[in-house]
This record gives sequence, structure tokens and C-alpha cells, in this order.
Amino acid sequence: MKKLVSTAFASFALFCLSTAALAAPPIKIGALFAVTGPASFLGEPERNTAQMVVDEINKAGGVKGRKLELITYDTGGDATKAVQLANKLVKNDKVVAIIGPSTTGDSMAIIPIVEKAQVPLISCAAGSKITEPVKKWVFKTAQNDGLAVAKIYEQLKKEKKTKVAILTVSDGFGASGREQLKAQAAHYGIQILSDDTYGPKDTDMTAQLAKIRGSQAQALICWGTNPGPAVIARNAKQLGLTIPVYMSHGVSSKKFIELAGDAAEGIKLPSGKVLVADLLPKTDKQKPSLLAFIKDYQNHFRAEGDHFGGHAWDAVMLLKGAIEKGGDTPAGIRNALENTRNFPGIGGVFSYSAKDHAGLTKDAFTLVEVRKKDWVLVK
Amino acid sequence: MELLNQVTQFVISGLATGSIYALIGLSFAIIFNSTGIINFAQGEFVMLGGVLTIFSLNVLHLPLLAAIVVAVAVTTIIGLVFERLAIRPLKNATPLMLIIITIGASILIRGLVMLLWGKDTQALPAFSGTDPISIAGATLLPQHLWIFGVTVLVIIGCRLFFNHTISGKAMRACSFNRRAANLVGISVGRMVLFSFVISAAVGALAGVIIAPLTMTAYDVGVMLGLKGFCAAIMGGMGSGLGTVLGGLILGTLESLGAGLISSGYKDAIAFFILLLILFIRPQGLFKKGETERV
Repeated sequence: MKKLVSTAFASFALFCLSTAALAAPPIKIGALFAVTGPASFLGEPERNTAQMVVDEINKAGGVKGRKLELITYDTGGDATKAVQLANKLVKNDKVVAIIGPSTTGDSMAIIPIVEKAQVPLISCAAGSKITEPVKKWVFKTAQNDGLAVAKIYEQLKKEKKTKVAILTVSDGFGASGREQLKAQAAHYGIQILSDDTYGPKDTDMTAQLAKIRGSQAQALICWGTNPGPAVIARNAKQLGLTIPVYMSHGVSSKKFIELAGDAAEGIKLPSGKVLVADLLPKTDKQKPSLLAFIKDYQNHFRAEGDHFGGHAWDAVMLLKGAIEKGGDTPAGIRNALENTRNFPGIGGVFSYSAKDHAGLTKDAFTLVEVRKKDWVLVK
Repeated sequence: MELLNQVTQFVISGLATGSIYALIGLSFAIIFNSTGIINFAQGEFVMLGGVLTIFSLNVLHLPLLAAIVVAVAVTTIIGLVFERLAIRPLKNATPLMLIIITIGASILIRGLVMLLWGKDTQALPAFSGTDPISIAGATLLPQHLWIFGVTVLVIIGCRLFFNHTISGKAMRACSFNRRAANLVGISVGRMVLFSFVISAAVGALAGVIIAPLTMTAYDVGVMLGLKGFCAAIMGGMGSGLGTVLGGLILGTLESLGAGLISSGYKDAIAFFILLLILFIRPQGLFKKGETERV
């Protein structure tokens, strides 16, 4: 009993102190990330980064003198849970905006809720259908797959290669990449000679590659996430495949080079700029943001900041800018977001408009090549 | 000519993959032959072989050979403990119950490995370089030769063990008739334990030699286990040549299917063959129909 009284007193005292310190109540922001479950490799760095950025903003005095309060829930990558949690954020926590979720599935599931409640959402997932067609209250920070495809096709056009073979993984990521590769080919005057797939758990792709070797293709584009592309790189080397190999941004991490070993040499891929921040020219608008983010993340978590954390960094910073300009109401934030132009973030330079809630161009990606077990920029 | 080259490549790649399946299939058959149990944790023994080797190499900093020995030894001990704790205590259990226990064990092992070493895929360095070897217009990696070599050695070893040693013969006796074996003084319990130990060791060895090619992670056991099971079924669950041929045929058909028909159907081909054989020749492709004497 005594303990209870003292706890109650202590929390009351704390309450008085905190209200004394903050003249105005904090601005509540909701966050949904897949911190556990199969998409935890996305959700964990996102959660870490979002909390880190919010803490820093508060330490520097908050937004227009008011602190931010981040209310984070874990969706586990489960769309049903995401829907429940989004409802909770809107109805119980009364947040002014939501960042996340981490996956396209979760994001699509909660769009009806935020549209109905009229609360702006900044998704951290990559699927282009999140913002196509444009939904009034939905924005996103992760780069669309289509932009990566455009980056590769642009390079092929530069190298005057018009015939390609594509090899995509048979999961959601690969299917979306395959769709974009086929849809944009005509625009760049590219002909897809061979269109093969592989299973996410396959351990030998020599059959598909032998077939591609026998075709007239001048380049191979492979779309997948680890470990499949590493197997493909090794198999391609085994078969002595001489045509250049392009990979997707799905493998733009050091892990790919580690897995593929020597076979990774010479492979080119579009990548977000976090990976090569120190190689970028000084004129690059994103460079200061990138270096700050990488240093911060390193200090806080003793790990390298990655693209995924970057998506959350962008979401929080875009929100901060919108609150500064548009105030702390959901409608004000939405309008200010839509009018955000040339914001240099981690994922790219964002310019939202009434017609574009994804906000990025293909310059969000930079083409890199593996040389001597490290990345170099492709000029 | 180009097509011929391609087909050679398909066949050679298929044989290489097939010998992996064969080796895993053999380890299925060893347990089945002395206990009548299909051990669905077999794929996990394969996974443990690879993951433990990488752990010994990268964390304990052992040389490759020592790392392999440690990995196989530890997996063998896990197989032994598994038999003692999960299989032995059950008196009069039906094969179905035992099979369900092995499925449970496989989920447990997978979960523990995920917690201990995370979800990342890891690669083991190749034993003798990665310069491709050219054979009849097709190419192979030196690692494939290791796989062929080890598979042949394991088959010979199994043959000698089961046909020419007392323990091996005793294990076969148990598989034919447990009660009769017991009556002539064979300790059935010990033979069951032996079979788990041997098959864990063979599985782990398979996991080690394929890890440089296929890479490894906590969840690779599922698919490899299924393909190995498929090979064993094709061979009629015998611990000899039948299973090996089953594995090689499966690998080759998969590779030809992926190359000539469509790569989307690769796994479907394996499971289609499995179903077909279970319907038409449940005793396996290479066994003569046996008459059971009651």
C-alpha cells in the first residue's frame, strides 16, 4: 500500500514536472512497422530510425516549440493486425498523421481507414500501387520498382544494347519487377528475348542460364532478393556467361557481395544512395542528409544505416516540414505535404504534387557496379 | 549444335543437383530401413551441417577440415539426443505418431537455429576454388566433383556396412521383422539409435558439401528434405543404388524441365513425379514387388 501511494505520488510529480516543462501537449504521430515476422528486416531499422529522428527533433526543441510523440505499434507484417492497429491509432490515440507500414500488403490494407478518418499516411513500402492512382491522404517514401527498371533500361540504351533476357524470382517482389520490365521495354526500344523465373528457394539456376546463353540476348536482368541472385551470379560465372549482368535494387547491400564472392565482380545494379553516400559528388543535393543519417545510425545502433531506415527518416522529416508549414491538423499536414518540393531526403529528392504522391524520379537511384568486392559508381 | 550443348548442360547440372538429392535420400532410407520411420527432421540435419560449419569457421576460427568434423560430430550428437529423448521413450508408438514427432523436432530445430544465428543466408567458401571445369561442352564447378565423390563414397560405405558387418545386418534384420530380430538377441533399441546416428552424420555431411554451392540458412532444410524424400520414394526407400538413381533422375528431370519447358514448373515437376510414383509404383521404381509373408 505504501509502495502504491509513493508510486502514485511519484508519477503525479512527474506529470506536473513534464507539463510544466512543456507548455503545449506533444503532437502525436502514429507509426506502424513490421518489427517482428518475415518483414522484420524492413521494420526493425525503420522503427529504430523513426524513434531516433523524433528524439533528436525533440532534443533540438521540437517543431515550433512543441515536442513530437511517436506512438509505435508492431504489425508483424500481418495486414489484419495492421488494420486493427491503424484503427487504434486513429480512434484511441488520435494521431495527426501515420508513418509506415513497412510492407505493401499492410499499406494497401490500411488505406481505406486513413482515407475515411482523413489522416495523412506516409507509407514506407515500395509497391507503386500504393500511390497509383493518387489517393488524397496517402503518400510514400520508398522508391517505386519502376524507377529502378528505368535506371537499368537507360543504361542499356546508352550502351546500345536492345535485346535482353530477364530472370525474375517467383514472389511478390519479382512479379512486380517483371511487370515493370515488360511494361517499360517498348518505351526504351528494348526487346525481351527470354523471360524466365526461378523459385525463391531454388539452389541451382544453370538450366535457365544455359537457355539464356543460347539466346541472342545482349544483357541479363535478374530481379530478386538474397540469396537467389547470388546463386545466379555464381551459376553465370560457372557457365562462362559473357553478357553483362544487371541485378535489381533488391540486392543492394554488402551481403550480396559477400554471398556471391568473386562472381559478383562487374555486376551492375540500381541502388538507393545510402550505400554509396561517400562516393557521391559534392554537388549531390542528398549528400548532407545521407551522411548525417549514416553517422547518426552508426552512433545509436552500432550498425550501418540502410535504405529501409532511410524510408522512415524521410517520412519523419517530411512530416516535420509539413507540420512547420501547415500546422498540427491532419488537413493542414496533408496540404503542406502535397506542396512539398525539392526536399532532399535519404531515398531521393522528394517533390510531391496533386498528381504525384510518390514524389521521386529515377534519379533517386544511382547505378553502381561491383569492383574488387566494393561498389563503384557507374558514370 | 547449340541445342545439344544446352541439353548436355541441363543433364550435367541436373546430375549434380541430383546427387545432392540422392545423398539426402540415402539418409532418409537409412532410418526407414531399420525403424520404419520417415524422419522429417532429416532436412534439418542437412541444414545443421552447413550452418554449424560456417559457425565453426567464422566464430570459432577453426580450419575448414576441423570445422567440418565439428559440424558433423555435433549434428550426430543432436541426432543421438533426438532419438533418446523423443523416439525411445515412446513404447508401442505407431509409425504415424513417430512421424509427427519428427515433424515437431524439425520445427524446433529450425526455430532454435533462427534464434541463435539469425535469418541471414550465409555462404561457405568452396573447398577447391571456383574455376569452372568444362566437360563435353558443359561446365561444372569443382564443388560438384566433391559432391559426386562424397556421394559415391557414402554409397559404397553404406553397402559395405549393411551387407558385411554384424551391426549392419542386425539393422536390416530389425527393419524386416522387429520381433524376430529381438528374439534372436538383437537389441532393437540400439539399432534404432545407430540408424539415427548414421543418418544424422550422412545428412550433416551432405549439408556441408553443398553449402558452398547453394548457401545455407535456417530454413533450407525444408525443400532439401522434401526433394531427398522424393528421391528415396523413387528408390523404394532402399538404402542403396535405387535411391541414388532416384535422386539423379529427379535432378535431371527438374533441370530439363526448367530449361526446355518452363522454369516456373521446376518444383511442380518433383511433386508430380512423387505423386505419380506413390500412385503407380509405391514400392519404388527399381524394386521388384515384394510379397509380404505373414
